[in-house]
Amino acid sequence: MKSLEELKAIREKMQSKVNIRKEDGDSIRVVVGMATCGIAAGARPVLNAFVSEVAKRNLGNVQVTQTGCIGVCRLEPIVEVYVPGQEKVTYVKMTPDKVPSIVAEHLVNGQAVTAYTIGAAE
Amino acid sequence: MKELSLNILDIAKNSVSAGARLISIDVLETGRQLDIVISDDGCGMDPEFLAQVTDPFTTTRTTRKVGMGIPLLKMAAEMTGGSFDIQSTVGIGTTVTARFDRYSIDLPPLGDLAGSVTTLIQGSPDTEFVLTRRRDSEEFLFDTRQIREIMGGIPLNEPEILQWMQEYIEENESLLAAPAESESL
Repeated sequence: MKSLEELKAIREKMQSKVNIRKEDGDSIRVVVGMATCGIAAGARPVLNAFVSEVAKRNLGNVQVTQTGCIGVCRLEPIVEVYVPGQEKVTYVKMTPDKVPSIVAEHLVNGQAVTAYTIGAAE
Repeated sequence: MKELSLNILDIAKNSVSAGARLISIDVLETGRQLDIVISDDGCGMDPEFLAQVTDPFTTTRTTRKVGMGIPLLKMAAEMTGGSFDIQSTVGIGTTVTARFDRYSIDLPPLGDLAGSVTTLIQGSPDTEFVLTRRRDSEEFLFDTRQIREIMGGIPLNEPEILQWMQEYIEENESLLAAPAESESL
C-alpha cells in the first residue's frame, strides 16, 4: 500500500541527487497532441509511454510536453519531435508500442523512425 | 471516447486553458447514479457563449470551427438516460456536471481515472487538482496541494512522482467497496 511516508522518501532521494534536467534551448522536445481528437484516438497512453521511457533511460535533455490539436485529426495520436538544429519530425497514428523505438533510435541515436512519420503515412 | 476518464481529461483541459488555478474533479456513485463534476476557478464564459457551448460548432479555437469535447460528454450522459449541465460566470469559473445511469447498458467504463489525473498534472504541474472519488458512503480524496507540500519545491511532473501518484490513486480507488450489482432483470 502506498503511503505519504513513501512520498517523503522519494523527496529525500530526489533532493540528494544533482538535478541534471536541462530546460534550455539545447533540449529535445517531444510534443504530444492532447486535444479532444488526440485523446479520443489514444494519446494518453502514448504520452505516458514517452514519460516513462524517457525516465527509464534517464534522458535529462528531453522534455515531454502536451499541446492542443495539431491539425490532422484523422492521423491522431500525433507526436512532434523537435531536435535543436534539425527539422521537426511528425509521427502519426502513434501507439505506446512504437514509443521505445522512437526513444532509442531518434531521441538517443538521432535517426528518425521514418516508417512511423507523416511522410510514410501519406 | 472509449472511457469516461478520457472525457474527464478532455474537459479538465478546458479548465487549464481557461487559466484555472484549482480544478476539482468529482466522480460520485450513489445508488444507480454516477455524477461526474468538473469545476474550476478559470476565466468563465459569458451567457452568450455559454448558451451555445454544447453545440459542436462552437469553440474558442481560431484555426477551425469545431469543438467536440463538451458535446461528446453530454451525449455520453444522455445516452444512458442521464443529464448534462454547465454553469459559468465570467471571472469566477465554470462547473460541468454530467449525470449517468450506472445500470444503463450504454454506460462507458470509467477506465483509467488515475491515468487521466496524472496526465493533467504532467501537462500542468503548477495547477492544483482535487479528485473526489466516492461510492455510496466511502470516499477517497486526492489533492495536489497535499502532495506539493510534502515535495517541497520539486515539480510534480517529475516521472517518479507521477508514477507514485498514479499507483496511489489506483490503490485507493480499488479499496472502495465493490459497486452494488444492478437489480436482476
